[in-house]
Amino acid sequence: MSKRKIQEDHLLIGECISQVQEILRERFCHQQLPDRPEGLEAQHKHLLELLKRTAVHGESNSVLIVGPRGVGKTMLLKCVLRDLLEEKEAQKNLLQVHLNGLLQTDDRIALKEITRQLHLENVVGDKVFGSFAENLAFLLEALKKGDRSSSRPVLFVLEEFDLFAHHKNQTLLYNLLDVSQSAQAPVAVVGITCRLDVLELLEKRVKSRFSHRQIHLLSNPTFPQYLAQVRTQLSLPADFPDHQFAEDWNASVKTLVEDKSAVDVLQRHFNSSKDFRSMHMLLMLCLSRVSVAKPAVKPADLLEASRLCFSDAKANILHGLSVLELCLIIAMKHLNDVYEGEPFNLQMVHNEFKKFLQRKSNSMYNFEQPVIMKAFEHLQQLELIRPLDSSAARIQREYQLMRLMLDHSQIMEALQKYPQCPTDIKQWAMSAFS
Amino acid sequence: MKYFTRLRVRRVYKWRGEPLTFNRKLKTYEYGSLAISVEGLPKTTVINTGQHILIEGEDEDNPYVAKVIRLYGDESGRQKKAVVQWFVRVSEVPVSKLKLLGREPHPQEIFYYQGRSCDDEVDAESILRPVQVKRLDGAAPFPDGDRDALYVKLSWDSKTFKVLDSELAPPSCPKPSLPPSPPCSPPAAAPASRGPARRALPTPDFAIMRRAAAGEVKISRATMSARKASAAEAESLHSATKQSASKCLSSKRRSASARTPGVRKKLELSGPEKTSMIREDVLSRLLDEELESEVMLAQRLSASPPQALALTHSLAPVRKGHQAATAPGAFSLKPAAIVLAKLPEADSPLSSTSPQQGDDVPEARLPTGSVSTPRRRRATPRRQEAARGQKATTPSRRKEQKTLKEPALGVLAEEDSDNCPMLPVAATPRSSKRKSAQLVSSRIRRQLNLLDNQLDRDSDSDGEDEFVPSRKELQSSSDEDDDDDDEGEEDGDEDAVFLKKSRRASTATPRSKQRTRSSTRTPRKTPNKKVTPGTPRTPHGATPSIPSRTLPARQPANVLEEARTRLHVSSVPESLPCREQEFQDIYSFVESKIVDGTGGCMYISGVPGTGKTATVHEVMRCLQHAADVDEIPPFHFIEINGMKMTDPHQAYVQILQKLTGQKATADHAAALLEKRFSNAAPRKETTVLLVDELDLLWTRKQNVMYNLFDWPTRRHARLVVLTIANTMDLPERIMINRVASRLGLTRMSFQPYSFKQLQQIIMSRLNKVKAFEQDALQLVSRKVAALSGDARRCLDICRRATEICEHSAADPSASGLVGMSHVMEALDEMFSSAYITAIKCASVQEQLFLRAVIAEFRRLGLEEATFQQVFVQHQALCRVEGLQPVSVSEGLAVCQRLGACRLLLLEPSRLGVLQRVRLNVSQDDVLFALKAD
Repeated sequence: MSKRKIQEDHLLIGECISQVQEILRERFCHQQLPDRPEGLEAQHKHLLELLKRTAVHGESNSVLIVGPRGVGKTMLLKCVLRDLLEEKEAQKNLLQVHLNGLLQTDDRIALKEITRQLHLENVVGDKVFGSFAENLAFLLEALKKGDRSSSRPVLFVLEEFDLFAHHKNQTLLYNLLDVSQSAQAPVAVVGITCRLDVLELLEKRVKSRFSHRQIHLLSNPTFPQYLAQVRTQLSLPADFPDHQFAEDWNASVKTLVEDKSAVDVLQRHFNSSKDFRSMHMLLMLCLSRVSVAKPAVKPADLLEASRLCFSDAKANILHGLSVLELCLIIAMKHLNDVYEGEPFNLQMVHNEFKKFLQRKSNSMYNFEQPVIMKAFEHLQQLELIRPLDSSAARIQREYQLMRLMLDHSQIMEALQKYPQCPTDIKQWAMSAFS
Repeated sequence: MKYFTRLRVRRVYKWRGEPLTFNRKLKTYEYGSLAISVEGLPKTTVINTGQHILIEGEDEDNPYVAKVIRLYGDESGRQKKAVVQWFVRVSEVPVSKLKLLGREPHPQEIFYYQGRSCDDEVDAESILRPVQVKRLDGAAPFPDGDRDALYVKLSWDSKTFKVLDSELAPPSCPKPSLPPSPPCSPPAAAPASRGPARRALPTPDFAIMRRAAAGEVKISRATMSARKASAAEAESLHSATKQSASKCLSSKRRSASARTPGVRKKLELSGPEKTSMIREDVLSRLLDEELESEVMLAQRLSASPPQALALTHSLAPVRKGHQAATAPGAFSLKPAAIVLAKLPEADSPLSSTSPQQGDDVPEARLPTGSVSTPRRRRATPRRQEAARGQKATTPSRRKEQKTLKEPALGVLAEEDSDNCPMLPVAATPRSSKRKSAQLVSSRIRRQLNLLDNQLDRDSDSDGEDEFVPSRKELQSSSDEDDDDDDEGEEDGDEDAVFLKKSRRASTATPRSKQRTRSSTRTPRKTPNKKVTPGTPRTPHGATPSIPSRTLPARQPANVLEEARTRLHVSSVPESLPCREQEFQDIYSFVESKIVDGTGGCMYISGVPGTGKTATVHEVMRCLQHAADVDEIPPFHFIEINGMKMTDPHQAYVQILQKLTGQKATADHAAALLEKRFSNAAPRKETTVLLVDELDLLWTRKQNVMYNLFDWPTRRHARLVVLTIANTMDLPERIMINRVASRLGLTRMSFQPYSFKQLQQIIMSRLNKVKAFEQDALQLVSRKVAALSGDARRCLDICRRATEICEHSAADPSASGLVGMSHVMEALDEMFSSAYITAIKCASVQEQLFLRAVIAEFRRLGLEEATFQQVFVQHQALCRVEGLQPVSVSEGLAVCQRLGACRLLLLEPSRLGVLQRVRLNVSQDDVLFALKAD
């Protein structure tokens, strides 16, 4: 569909659509901050107060924000920081250091990053000089020199806090938390993690130095709230340039969330997970189906998007297999049934397959051993089967024990949808015992 | 004797000449000189008393420096001993103290050692060779070129640097080739090293005198008397030869103008403290002897034409022309004046003139005020100060000296810290070069001084004379000295161009003074770069620091905030309650080791948050205080933390760096430390080493721990090692026998705090700030005592409770105090597990999956199942609940989400449906949580 042409034809509506796409994509993909965190007011206040005390009074603190993925931990922190930096006093003083456990995978990298973000004097440009030991000593010295009233407070944000706990000796955590518990430069250590048992990861000395403040984000919205959320997420703001279009759009969104089938889809999503990120994913798929020809989100779009979201990855792979590979899979399924999940090897699968062939007495699927071997290896590459233990290099490939990584339901579902699947194979798959 | 083993050449030591005296009690013969001959070489080196020598030390490249005071041997002649006055090299001064210097030390700089912890008697056979030691004026530049010479500027008493006292100081040797130079040349009066270095006179240090009188100083009486004698001698010598000296000097210089910078320099540089005193003395004298002095001045004027000419020229605006004219003579005489002031009995007609001369010294600075315009602009405050200074003459001299001591001894941190308001400023070397800031601060300081001093001093009107005291004020501390300098520079900037020119021409102008000053500064900076090349990999001069905040931190506004500040773990309490016994034990252990000069180890264990480190720090604070007031010998406290290093072997690096400031690799540092602790060093302070988190220093071969515990057992180590770790049986558990054995059995265990102790701790921290209800406190302390006995936890809970209280303060019923409810809430927040809430908040599918897990566990009778098995249960449950069955992918996603929260424990997700699933929560908890809704 040549979009440009259509846009030229309907200039106004085309512009509106692109505006809508822009606004909503910003909302879904860029994690745009809401004006105030929904349902997290108490936590917001707590965290804001805490950080304000560090920024303004120079009081050292440490806190953990704990909550499942997608619940809005980072969003909360960002909201708090945004509100905090509106205050001039805080804005002028606060230094921020952002670390992520997935990026700073050991203390050496983390230290360099801290030094770089603090612009300490051993940083030239973006390079941090000195060895690990020197960097540590330098940073500690710097923090030690500061005191409560005179040095600028430093905010350390450690995302994926639990990963820092896996660093050797937890040196970084010990030192940061030690600074926060001693009369040195004021620091606030904010850890963000989704692990509820994060405190158990901390070494006892580190744990003792942690203030044990935890902010748990465990939102429990009801379904009507979820629906309202969907509606507000899809709705256009009041300052949309074309009011008429915005009204139409919002009205269509309203009808969407009242539509029976749409509500069913959303209910299913709600049952599966309540977090914002999966909701955004769903809405994003809907949004990408909005075009000039169809300037609204229809329940059908939602249905289609949901189908995409819930589609089974392994079953989809099965659709692309050759008939021989499918036959091997079915043979494995039967083996699994017979031996109750015991591992198998190529020879067993081949024998099972041969049994099927003998019964059918047509040579259509009569393949040479090497061909079967090749198909078997392909299945292994697709990770539909995996060797029992990878160390068995001594064993001939035919006899290496394997396990099937598919559930029976997946196989049956794939067979239903397999294009032009031979009937006898289907029957073979259905039959309990061959 | 053991030194011989390390010597490449064998030296033979012989007495020269007959013994001078025989001490009957000690059966020792005293000799005048010692001859050292190297075997196989015909040349012999002669060591005389009063000569500077190098003494074999632990570092072969940097042998100890000392001056021979006495040489003696026993009857048999086998034992040869020497009593020496030590000098300290830069490398021997602890790094932490080096910053007191306020500048970079010159590599060849040494300090006159006034500490009391070193034995001043050495084996004469450890003497290596004579060395030449030159003494430099306080601010004189270090001369380049002579690689072998050493330079003395300051004295070091193991706590502070002081300007070297004339009497104690080595002479600035007139000829470098003459090492055994007579002891004279005060630092205060020591002229710049270039030429006028020889005109110095001895100045007794007040502090030294006083201490000596009080018997505090452990300097041998012989030395003392010798000094006195030499001082007197030098003094008379000096006054007698001052004319010739000056002449000689001037002849050495190309012209009078070339010489005057030296003059100015000296005026400026004469030890900041000393000068001030001098001037006061001088002023007081002046009153009595004005007439006589005037006569003398006139004489001098005629006697030294060249200088007089140069000066009169520049000093034209000064009212008392004759005084200004005499200025050149003044600097040479000033020291004498001091001597007079100090030793009234030594008064002689000759020296009686010196006060007058001394008076002229400050006078010579007058041009600064009178010539330069900016000075005039600031005339009003100056005058006032000056007036104060002028008044200084009125009170009796004794009193005067008393009052003057304050600024003068400002650097002596330990002496009169109360009466020295400047002390902190003076002690911290300023790195900032911002002129404006310094200017402002200097003004403020002057203002303050003004207020102080105006009380007892009425203003007199002699404008020119007044100037002197104000200068004195400015110079009363080294820091202020800097300010002064900067101010001067600013003056210079403001000056008209022609003024600058004229100043350059006429050397007595302030400009020239500045120039010389700046020239004295530049050499300071040059060695700076040489000495601290830093680590090659860190950029130059990188100072570790967090930028300072632009806005001041807000102070606590209400009771709760105040309480919160006090309850923060970081706030250092006045005392540590509930650890009195432990404190006492550690204190007496360390104290006894310090006093005995021996070494030892102590192992301290206890769970986290029981005050181990805090107690040791407290002990060290007290001991340091005791050392400061001279109750115990000074010691050196260093601290390492196993958690604060990246590798156990870094411990060596850190110890070495904290001890000496050297940077080295771990292996090299270990070798250096080994040497340091195993070799006998004649003067060595006890080192107290605190090793925190000892268990982190564990290595497979345990060599780090082995060394740490082995060093204290060495005979000469004087090392006390305090180790801290959490587990009581650490030595038995992780240490191999030889390490544990060296650690010894001096152990101490910190028990977790009981609830009463915790309560006491909170109470003492709150210190009468009424913020908590009694019950609330009791609840917190009982709760924490039951859990861990961790004081940190206790304080954190209290802090959180104050926050909760503050937030709930909105409702009027609240009393404003932290009550039970708040504490309960805080406790809940901190100690309650979130698992149950998390399960309650989970989505329907997640809850179903958990249920499926439990169902599968029950079916299997195991606490573990594969995802595939659980998934079957899950599908069934979905059908029961009337929900659409989920796909495997979705089921896996649900499972992963639960795994991320650690409600489930999972195998790596690449195993797909084969991954095994376990519950991280008890089944009962899950069922309870699921049932509740």
